[in-house]
Amino acid sequence: MAATAPFRWREPSVLPGFGLALGLTLTALSLVVLIPLAALFLKAASAGPADIWAIMTSPRTLAALRLSFLGALFAASINAIFGLILAWVLVRYEFPGRRLIDAAVDLPFALPTAVAGIALAAIYAPNGWVGSLLAPFDIRIAYTPLGVMVALIFIGLPFVVRTVQPVLEELQDDVEEAAALLGASRLRTIFTVILPPVLPALLTGFVLAFARAVGEYGSVIFIAGNVPMVSEIAPLLIVIKLEQFDYAGAAVVATLMLLISFALILSVNLIQARARRRFGDV
Amino acid sequence: MTHPLFRRLLRAGLVLGAFSLCFGVVAGARAQTELLNVSYDPTRELYRDINAAFIAEWNAKNAKKITTIRQSHGGSGAQARTVIDGLNADVLTLALAGDIDAVAERSKKLPLDWQKRLPNNSSPYTSTIVFLVRKGNPKAIKDWGDLVKPGVQIITPNPKTSGGARWNYLAAWAYAEKAFNKDDAKIRDYIGKLLANVPVLDTGARGATTTFTQRGIGDVFLSWENEAFLALKEFGADKFDIVVPSLSILAEPPVAVVDGNVDAKGTRAEAQAYLDFLYTPKAQAIIAKNFYRPRHPENADPKDIANFPKVELVTIDGAFGGWAKAQPTHFGDGGTFDQLYKPAR
Amino acid sequence: MSDAALPLKTNDLATRRDDRRVRGESVAVQILLIGLSLAFLLLFLLLPLITVFVEAGARGWEAYKAAIFEPDAVAAIRLTLLVAAVAVPFNIVVGIAAAWAIAKFEFRGKNLLISLIDLPFSVSPVISGLVFVLLFGAQGYFGAWLKAHDVQIIFALPGLILATVFVTFPFVARELIPHMQSLGSADEEAALTLGASPWRTFFSITLPNVKWSLFYGVLLCNARAMGEFGAVAVVSGKIRGLTNTMPLHVEILYNEYMGAAAFAVASLLAGLALVTLALKTLLEWRFGDAIAASRRH
Repeated sequence: MAATAPFRWREPSVLPGFGLALGLTLTALSLVVLIPLAALFLKAASAGPADIWAIMTSPRTLAALRLSFLGALFAASINAIFGLILAWVLVRYEFPGRRLIDAAVDLPFALPTAVAGIALAAIYAPNGWVGSLLAPFDIRIAYTPLGVMVALIFIGLPFVVRTVQPVLEELQDDVEEAAALLGASRLRTIFTVILPPVLPALLTGFVLAFARAVGEYGSVIFIAGNVPMVSEIAPLLIVIKLEQFDYAGAAVVATLMLLISFALILSVNLIQARARRRFGDV
Repeated sequence: MTHPLFRRLLRAGLVLGAFSLCFGVVAGARAQTELLNVSYDPTRELYRDINAAFIAEWNAKNAKKITTIRQSHGGSGAQARTVIDGLNADVLTLALAGDIDAVAERSKKLPLDWQKRLPNNSSPYTSTIVFLVRKGNPKAIKDWGDLVKPGVQIITPNPKTSGGARWNYLAAWAYAEKAFNKDDAKIRDYIGKLLANVPVLDTGARGATTTFTQRGIGDVFLSWENEAFLALKEFGADKFDIVVPSLSILAEPPVAVVDGNVDAKGTRAEAQAYLDFLYTPKAQAIIAKNFYRPRHPENADPKDIANFPKVELVTIDGAFGGWAKAQPTHFGDGGTFDQLYKPAR
Repeated sequence: MSDAALPLKTNDLATRRDDRRVRGESVAVQILLIGLSLAFLLLFLLLPLITVFVEAGARGWEAYKAAIFEPDAVAAIRLTLLVAAVAVPFNIVVGIAAAWAIAKFEFRGKNLLISLIDLPFSVSPVISGLVFVLLFGAQGYFGAWLKAHDVQIIFALPGLILATVFVTFPFVARELIPHMQSLGSADEEAALTLGASPWRTFFSITLPNVKWSLFYGVLLCNARAMGEFGAVAVVSGKIRGLTNTMPLHVEILYNEYMGAAAFAVASLLAGLALVTLALKTLLEWRFGDAIAASRRH
């Protein structure tokens, strides 16, 4: 491929319009995404190294980042488990309403986050449908870190299902059958034959759900309670810093989040590239 | 080859897009006299009534009509920030002078001595801080001292973003100064314990009210007096009681014309008249009806005035040396709030 | 992964699927797993959706109508439609251009470009708003210049559109790129060889080929554009009747003790979500092969 060819910026092609298409793309990308993000880095850098370090390591920043990242990690894990089960059920079993359920999985993609936020808050508050069932046991979900998890699980669910589902659908039967015929138990077949090729997709879905959850704002703020150090997520901390005229502080926290998230997306692409080499198309 | 339906869809989309672009431009150019009042959280109901009354009065007397007075509400500090960032407010009606000071300093759109331009420290109404408790007052909360009892959950918004919360905090501080005879260590201990009893810290007063009333969290809600009355009105007097503490703070929510914006927009006369209107008998009556304490109670319905309990009030200037001093001492980075706020969990 | 790309394998697979059934879990395990999935979905997806409609109708039809036709609500609906009407076509044009460049040509830095286009997916919505405040706010990098020329971006329509374009930037391109890649360039090359003009080739070959995945991308892009909250919240200024979009209006009503009205407006957005899902499902059933390539988001 390109690596063995003599250096050429692009492969020749008979198709027209490369310059126009790429030019338009790069212009729009620069104006809408890259320049604004550059402004963010510039603002963050303007704080000076000592201040940046102080903002990054302040207990409140750390607590918010910890909640956002650990919360997202937890939510993405729950989503990985249930998303895998859900995808499995949707692909392998026949039951009434399967197609409806299949369609419903995408709801978090389509439902505005603010709507999800007020609905979840209404359900899980101590006087809500689910909250009132848990209240006698002194379990509180809304306005605690648990509420944050609920919102993050909601918004992250489709990512895992939708990345795992196509892989499960196209899994070759013969190996599985062979394993069964050779006397492997069902559980053993699942763990040694089915899961390995699904794993990269699962991991991809996990990271996508995670990346989305880390940055989520709309659905969380209504249900979180927003107590600094306890249930305050990093995006909210950015908003609060902004509201306190602390532009540099907001930019530093934002940059930190951004770098971590971008590292995650890069790792997804790496996982996919590696999986493609090992298992063919993912 | 092309699906005809698809082609039609595409064309319709393009036309729609072009149309809406033109529409947007036209809508922006169609200038009418509109005022923008950037206010804090609990004044939504108040200004809905004030605006209707003022527009009727102004339009009856003037050829240049006012079509709308737009409102923007949020935490007082957050609102000040949006104006600093360029929100074209004609008038500011915020929760405390410190926030308008910040606008004056950073945007230079109004003079630093803005507060001297209107009577009564530019505050046409005042309020104070009271306690809202659940019906029957199950935790027997009578005064500030009861708030630090173990097991009492206090709802107050975040003083960093909410004006009301700053008045709450300072009222508690004023009580502690009196109760502990200005013993700094004891005051700090009291405030720290009080903050430790706060399970939720909303960004604005309205969010905190919702948390307490609709979500059923907390035993006592440190609230604007007007917001507490409003909650009784909205949710029924059978759900909550108002407890008036032995001492509270005179909260003066100030108003100001943003000179830089009204001069650019040519709305100075209207904006000025709007704020002057707040001091008229008609507006003072509306103010009292919305549970704010009018500066001229004689103009209001005596029934509304009778609602307001008598309470000993300290002032920000008397007890804290004004906002210019109180703001950095208590709410700036590393101020007393930062030092004392350590959540239990 | 795409059936279109692997025609032989697909046939293979189809015949083999008929004689499977050696595998499979016991009925009890199946019921357990299905039950678990349904319970999970009920708790996390369906209950919130039901809540929106139940709470919206809690105070009766008249109250619902009043909430929807209240002038500030109508203004919010109009603004939301307007923002989407500008942001979505913009992203369609750029998305098609990006997909053309990436899918039809080989060049260095392509993977980097794809990653950059994907970037807004992983940026917190709050940051998407913040960057425009830093650029165009009165204290921002271009603030003084904008003020001198009397241009208002933040707290006005342009800011709302910019923030929306930012968050929805990847949607169209993301759906088109894999589909165009799987189709290859043979059709276009043939048309050009036969003497068709480049634009004609594009409009009568390329676009029809990918129309359904384009529609699919537009659908998702539109849903996000109309529902965006965090990014527009930062740049809106929340002037009711002027810069309040529907999701922001929901928040405002919610904060005004008008829960029923908040849920009434929210029910419109939930309705939009349901329509989006229905169209999307329809597309997947009817044109599954064509858009299988873009199943992943």
